[in-house]
Amino acid sequence: MSFEKFFNTAVSSWMSQEGPDSDIVLSSRIRLARNLVDFRFPTVFSSEEAQQIVSLFEQTFAYRSYHPVGRFELLKMSELQPIEKRVLVEKHLISPLLAEDSPFGACLLSENEEVSIMINEEDHIRIQCLFPGLQLTEALEAANELDDWIEEHVNYAFDEKLGYLTSCPTNVGTGMRASVMMHLPALVLTQQMNRIIPAINQLGLVVRGTYGEGSEALGNIFQISNQITLGKSEEDIVEDLKSIVQQLIAQERMAREALVKTLNIQLEDRVFRSYGILANCRMIESKEAAQCLSDVRLGIDLGYIKNISRNILNELMILTQPGFLQQYAGGVLRPEERDVRRAALIRERLKMEEKKHGG
Amino acid sequence: MICQECKQRPATMHFTKIINGEKTEFHLCEQCAKEHGDMFMFYENDDFSLNNLLAGLLNFQTPMKEMTANTFPNSDILQCETCKMTYHQFTQIGRFGCSDCYRTFARYLPPILKRLHSGNSTHYGKIPKRKGGVLHLRKQLSILKQKLQELVAREEFEKAAEVRDQIRSLEYQLRQRGEEEM
Repeated sequence: MSFEKFFNTAVSSWMSQEGPDSDIVLSSRIRLARNLVDFRFPTVFSSEEAQQIVSLFEQTFAYRSYHPVGRFELLKMSELQPIEKRVLVEKHLISPLLAEDSPFGACLLSENEEVSIMINEEDHIRIQCLFPGLQLTEALEAANELDDWIEEHVNYAFDEKLGYLTSCPTNVGTGMRASVMMHLPALVLTQQMNRIIPAINQLGLVVRGTYGEGSEALGNIFQISNQITLGKSEEDIVEDLKSIVQQLIAQERMAREALVKTLNIQLEDRVFRSYGILANCRMIESKEAAQCLSDVRLGIDLGYIKNISRNILNELMILTQPGFLQQYAGGVLRPEERDVRRAALIRERLKMEEKKHGG
Repeated sequence: MICQECKQRPATMHFTKIINGEKTEFHLCEQCAKEHGDMFMFYENDDFSLNNLLAGLLNFQTPMKEMTANTFPNSDILQCETCKMTYHQFTQIGRFGCSDCYRTFARYLPPILKRLHSGNSTHYGKIPKRKGGVLHLRKQLSILKQKLQELVAREEFEKAAEVRDQIRSLEYQLRQRGEEEM
């Protein structure tokens, strides 16, 4: 497959759009955990129950059109190749848990990939809505509507006092996890993140690396989400998260200004060196690629680099992961082979930008 | 202060016991306190350190084991009828087997939920439209009543009258549902 064609099919629509504050906030996501009344939770359910749940969702929702996002397609984990599942994880459309440990797992995916409904993960269903930039309220609205649509057809496990009943007590109540992905290179460069993370934790929010719990903040990308799901309304949780995110945006912008004032030439040098590496490398490991991409993205935001679209970080962070590289290559790759492919893919993507901007 | 147990010796030990959010204070002399050692297991247990408390935040196992020995007799046998999960199993894996587990283990959940959710133990969010039924109407009603007060305070009587009619209609629906369910 030609790179351009591969690229166009690999990038979800939300990735190539710009949302509010998208110089710093890459994406906003709402996840709702829900369970059905008549079945045991995935912790202990039988394979018959699991299959009944999949069939129920297949019959009720698959191939039907849901007006804001289009048709839903049902993907059964057991029918997917390991590389295909990996690609879905790398696109954040399903969780690693669903891909690896859920033999009866499935996923309802909307045409435009803004919405995915995981089936038989830790809970019977997990509704996910993904938006570009800082659009938590919009994502919550979309998730709520979808939740209402589903609830017209199935009976949720709900308790008057405890709210939505979930498999893990950490999700009971709203069952909602709201999260944003933020690119915070200046706060990392000025060594402020170490101070900020514990402060955010004290406010009942969690800061993590790109791929969830325990993962590193590759390319200075951090995921911030709510910890509490009980005792606060969905709207209040989202408002609290939003206000912290807005403060972080302000802090990051201030740190960027300070860096430009004090270290302008050093910063510019760093940005263009990273650009040089990406444009010319023949082998590159994911960690170095992530760091260089972060520098280039900062360079775009600061106006040092003009002819490259901002989404490049968002897209390439996803496209240069093992699953995508192997899908592009059409087979399994050894780590060194991946480093070569990664370098080639980044060069191709940068070339595409040059063509687009007539450079 | 005199010991509340023997009512003779001066109380030298003061305890506050909080179980399921219920706070009880004890003022005892040393001798009576020893006799009631079981009530104050935390003070006698060397394992109960800050580390232990923190471990308990992430993993229910350690503190629960201590509690089950004293506070919750026979909790090992407590088992959910629907999915057969025992309370002990729940504390091991930290996940419920089905939605009925919440009812079966209800007695022991408030402290766990409060620990996980910054002291909260009651849902204050979305209510499913269909399943929520009456609950949904009740929530709407309370929102409208608040709105009515605000409108009256702002002397917007025309709008207030509309809201009042909505309230009446909701109250009528609630009464009807109530009769149906009786």
